[in-house]
Amino acid sequence: MSEKKSPKTSASKASGFSRRGFLTSVGVTSGALTTGILGTAAPAAAAEPAVAGPGPVPFTLTINGKPYKVNLEPRTTLCDALRNHLEFTAAKRVCDRGTCGACTVILDGKAVYSCTVLAIDAQGRKIETLEGISTPDHPHAVSQAFVNNDAQQCGYCTPGFVVAAKAFLDHNLNPTYEEVKRGLGGNLCRCGTYVGVRKAVLEAAKHQHGVANA
Amino acid sequence: MPEETPTAQAPDYHYPPMDQRKVIGTRVTRLDGIAKSTGAAKYNSDVTPKDLLFAVLVTSPYAHARVKSIDTSAAEKLRGVTAVRTILEAGKEVQWEGQEVAIVAATTEEIARDAARLVQVDYEVLPHMVREDDLDKAGANAKPAGEQVSGDPDQAFKDADVVSEGVYGIPVITHCCLEPHGLSVAWNGDHIDYWPSTQGVSDAAGDLARALTVPASNIHVDMQYIGGGFGSKFQAEAFGVQCAQLSKASGGRPVRLFLDRDLELLNMGNRPSGFGNIKVAAKKDGTITAWQSQTWSTGGLGGGGFGAELFPYVYHQVPNRRVNHTAVSTNCGSARAWRAPNHPQASYLTCSALDDLAAKLNMDPLDLFQKNAGYTARADSYRAQLQKAAELIEWKKNWHPRGEGTGVVRRGLGLGVGTWGGAGHASKCLTTIHPDGTVVVELGSQDLGTGTRTVIAMVAAETLGLPVSAVQVNIGDNKYPQSGASGGSTTVGGVSASTRKASVNALQKLFEQVAPSLGTTPDKLEASEGVIRVKGDSSKSMPWQMACNKLGVNKISEMGENEPRRAPREGLNSSGVAGVQMADVSVDTETGVVRMNRMVAVHDCGLVINPRTAESQVMGACIMSICAALSEERVMDQQTGRMLNADMEFYKLAGIGDIGEIIVHMDITPENDKRGAIGLGEPPTIPGIVSIANAVANAIGVRVGRVPLTPDRVLAALEGRNA
Repeated sequence: MSEKKSPKTSASKASGFSRRGFLTSVGVTSGALTTGILGTAAPAAAAEPAVAGPGPVPFTLTINGKPYKVNLEPRTTLCDALRNHLEFTAAKRVCDRGTCGACTVILDGKAVYSCTVLAIDAQGRKIETLEGISTPDHPHAVSQAFVNNDAQQCGYCTPGFVVAAKAFLDHNLNPTYEEVKRGLGGNLCRCGTYVGVRKAVLEAAKHQHGVANA
Repeated sequence: MPEETPTAQAPDYHYPPMDQRKVIGTRVTRLDGIAKSTGAAKYNSDVTPKDLLFAVLVTSPYAHARVKSIDTSAAEKLRGVTAVRTILEAGKEVQWEGQEVAIVAATTEEIARDAARLVQVDYEVLPHMVREDDLDKAGANAKPAGEQVSGDPDQAFKDADVVSEGVYGIPVITHCCLEPHGLSVAWNGDHIDYWPSTQGVSDAAGDLARALTVPASNIHVDMQYIGGGFGSKFQAEAFGVQCAQLSKASGGRPVRLFLDRDLELLNMGNRPSGFGNIKVAAKKDGTITAWQSQTWSTGGLGGGGFGAELFPYVYHQVPNRRVNHTAVSTNCGSARAWRAPNHPQASYLTCSALDDLAAKLNMDPLDLFQKNAGYTARADSYRAQLQKAAELIEWKKNWHPRGEGTGVVRRGLGLGVGTWGGAGHASKCLTTIHPDGTVVVELGSQDLGTGTRTVIAMVAAETLGLPVSAVQVNIGDNKYPQSGASGGSTTVGGVSASTRKASVNALQKLFEQVAPSLGTTPDKLEASEGVIRVKGDSSKSMPWQMACNKLGVNKISEMGENEPRRAPREGLNSSGVAGVQMADVSVDTETGVVRMNRMVAVHDCGLVINPRTAESQVMGACIMSICAALSEERVMDQQTGRMLNADMEFYKLAGIGDIGEIIVHMDITPENDKRGAIGLGEPPTIPGIVSIANAVANAIGVRVGRVPLTPDRVLAALEGRNA
């Protein structure tokens, strides 16, 4: 997995909930966990940790610039929060384990797999979904480039790819072909649209470059 | 019985000649592209009806066990749970890991998961068999179909100049649809709203209705988008039927269940494996004289897999052959149709053996495949396509005899062939021309991502002399005229023919209305470039909209139907294609890593309506072949009876950097065009895997007898070990 996809794992001060607090609340000690994401998420908690859950907790998510009040269990992933509890369904739940990238959203400017971010950890942070980036009436250059280069078949991986490509291009103004292949390595497609995706990202980069130079 | 003769008034449905087409054959951008690339496209896994409940399955952790008891009481008591149902009764057996035992519905998915965990199932664990690669260990689970012999193989092997023998294997792979199998369903009183992820919108209601014993007419099916099917999404699943029952039991609230990834890979279909002990005889000049194959495979509990009669694949008319196939029953999820059922395995086994034969003859395999083209059903197509593919991959420049590569990283070329039918399915279409000039085309069809929507619009636009943007296509709903399920490469032939006929019929009615105003008769009119005009006299014309205004308040609605039995006579579609793919790889002989340099795919599919989406589909199939050749495999553990990689970390699909370059050549010629539309979903998935396997053998000088060609297998083959 590329580094850019690692979700932010430090406890969010704005939230009032630390990850250790969450882990305590569901009766698991962080020391027992060896998975990458949780394993790195054990900040030294000096004070008594705040406890959230296990029942629903009210909090606010800022999605595409607007606040949304939610009442969710701390275990609910950002992906499920978006899809099941709000109506942001562009991000898709496919592997649900941080492998395929179909659920990619942008969190504080970085592409993340929303299936590996807890919704409660996303509070106070800037969440951008494809709905906020691109619409049929005002498609983002990346979306348009995907259409122009037929970079989609069934289209289920497409929103994740478009968001990942947008985030990649935000950080790589003028990527090479090889950089595109590496930069989009965190997203999988089953129909086999990669040839179109490579062309689309390069086309969008050119467009972006043109805008930047204008 | 006398031949049916067309009536004098029967319109001519043939497409205009290639050089006179305005839309068909041009590279049209897919109509739903923007909806998909902005996330606006709503798949049924995205549809969130009001008061939605979530269902979660309880499934067997064992490959084989008897259910002793099921206790759902704790689950039922959990706050938020609305209904719990047992699927298997106590005393019944589960036959594979993942088999459905019970199901719960709750107000949130989180609660439903907790409830599923509270369902207590006691099992008596029974012996299982989950691996078929070693036929000697299959015992009573192996069921040979019986030997088939033609000619005199014994004599032919005795007389042969060269006999080549090999053992080859290709594993079970899963469909791994990105949108898992699933549905939302609401059963309110007499009416059922059904949002499945299905390859057959028109058939889905009937399937669910049978299971629920309700009239199919009470079920409304709506599916605008589907996130992959590949042959695995035809039926109303057992859990789908359960979800309908859960909805009914929950006061008609809609229930959604889209499977978790593990169950998607365990339960929702797979492609049977294919193993074979194969022996081929030939003369010194490369003429094949005899074929013998003992093949085996598993398709899960039912054994299944392909028949011996497929061999030798494509080169089917080899005069002397002895073939047998053994189906091996395993405690694994059942096989389902997987793009081109059985053909990729047959192509892999056959073309591997022929490639090894060429190596033994010190012959270029391209020459061997060419030389024996007379044994195929489409010799001219194969000869031309082999030549074209060889040109595109620069075979003569880049090929070297097997094993003559040098250095740590060695390059090799390989090839494979395939064939498929692809006749159009039964399809009905309604074309409506409104008095304001708008055109609506309706079919109970579905677009799997192949570009079906776009193709329908193109055919209507071509017929009516309008731009594609002037045609509204309505599909994905069973209120529209019945159209076949999308399987076996039958959709494009079916929907294009019904759309063509409906649109010709509608246009005919419009001509009848307009002819008097243009001082002529309907048969003298044509529609082109947005006008209705007198053929050969462009001074007598009327813009489309003005012509439609003549309808007053009466719209024109005309049906068109593709009937598979009559279709060949009408010339709008047919079946039977060839296909050749070649691969160019580099193999690191120190690490065993295979890298794709290039793949070339040459395919014919009759009349190509939209070369742009056709090429995309072929590229996609090449990439799927790269996955299957290099990394994709269902790994079963005999010890535990479980699948070790029911996820996407270790069930490995190729990524964007793993595929090299892909060159697609659609064999668009007047001869192919005359055959009408032929489906393209299956053919390009067939020859790619073996082309890569043969390229690796060419690069490293030895056959790696098993795909996927993982580094451990490549290194073992280099060291002369069995991996």
